[in-house]
Amino acid sequence: MSAHQLAFLVLGVLILVSALMVVTVRNLVHAALFLILCFAGVAGLYVLLQAEFLAVAQVLIYIGAITVLILFGIMLTRKITGGAQPPLASHWKAAGAGAGAFLLLLLYVAMTGQWQVSDQPPMDSTTTLGLALVTRYVLPFELASVVLLAALVGAVLLARDETR
Amino acid sequence: MLKEYFPILLMLVLAIGFGVTMIFLSSLAGRKTATATKTAPYECGSLPVGSARLRFDVKFYVVAILFILFDVEAVLLWPWAVLQAQQLKLTGLVEAAVFVGILLLGYLYALRKGALEWE
Amino acid sequence: MEIPLSWYLILAAILFAVGVYGALARRNAIAILMSIELMLNAVNINLVAFARYVTPRELTGQIFAIFIMMLAAAEAAVGLGLVLTVYRNLRHIQVDEINLLRS
Repeated sequence: MSAHQLAFLVLGVLILVSALMVVTVRNLVHAALFLILCFAGVAGLYVLLQAEFLAVAQVLIYIGAITVLILFGIMLTRKITGGAQPPLASHWKAAGAGAGAFLLLLLYVAMTGQWQVSDQPPMDSTTTLGLALVTRYVLPFELASVVLLAALVGAVLLARDETR
Repeated sequence: MLKEYFPILLMLVLAIGFGVTMIFLSSLAGRKTATATKTAPYECGSLPVGSARLRFDVKFYVVAILFILFDVEAVLLWPWAVLQAQQLKLTGLVEAAVFVGILLLGYLYALRKGALEWE
Repeated sequence: MEIPLSWYLILAAILFAVGVYGALARRNAIAILMSIELMLNAVNINLVAFARYVTPRELTGQIFAIFIMMLAAAEAAVGLGLVLTVYRNLRHIQVDEINLLRS
């Protein structure tokens, strides 16, 4: 077993265990912290895949911004008093069966699919992406800022308490 | 190619190991006399007022939203900035200016709405 | 290629299924949002793995992954805004007890 495969297995176990904790643990703050661990493992996978820019973007956007926002959301909606409520809905067994069946389907496709694996060395992540963003994908690039603008307006409008 | 990341791995191992060792050693060698005063949260020497488990004000959330969106903007501009320094000409500059300009509208909206005021 | 492509696909499949389970079984709206982020990450792993193994000269999958990250940030901002609005009106965010439309 090579160092790459060992690193993949360690990261994979880290990702899957922390993801399972996210969906099962009772305390939501703990779930958010496990989410950070899961995102960090995915960033490690991007490094293994030689996508350095995405690894940094993963840390900046997912760990640095989205989980912070989620933690804020948890703190803003936490019940100050009142007992602990069951974290799972009453139909959790059906949900598990559905997710399991879906997993079998995905695994079947992943194991049996035939893909033409190219043996060329990958391009440098940052410069290739930069060139693609300002040439071939310039319209999605500009539309991204429109989406961010819409999200900003919507989120500010929703979050502000108009009744006060 | 993984060799370049060995220092990062070393730093992770050292940082985690240092923290774990320190906590383990202090739990092993430290003296444990828990009184009500000693178990109180440390607030720079002053007495804690109320519970720490308050609900936060929604104003923090608005600031977090503004942070997340401009964080994403910075990440999207990063590959462009690397390339602009190397080879892009006026077109690249105009494209990025349009991108930043649209988000500037959002910033002005947040300013007009008073989302950045703390009263 | 020391790691086969199928390893990444299997890992992403399991991660996606965990996210599906969380989104279906959790009661708290913010926990459901976290499960959705897990699913988006599984998709991103797939895209980046395909970009590395199938199209290493164009890296198309990485472009998609960037846009998915951007959309995930927008989705988290608006989604949590909605959750806050629900909390403000109902004083709870347990999704199986939100039934205002059921008369």
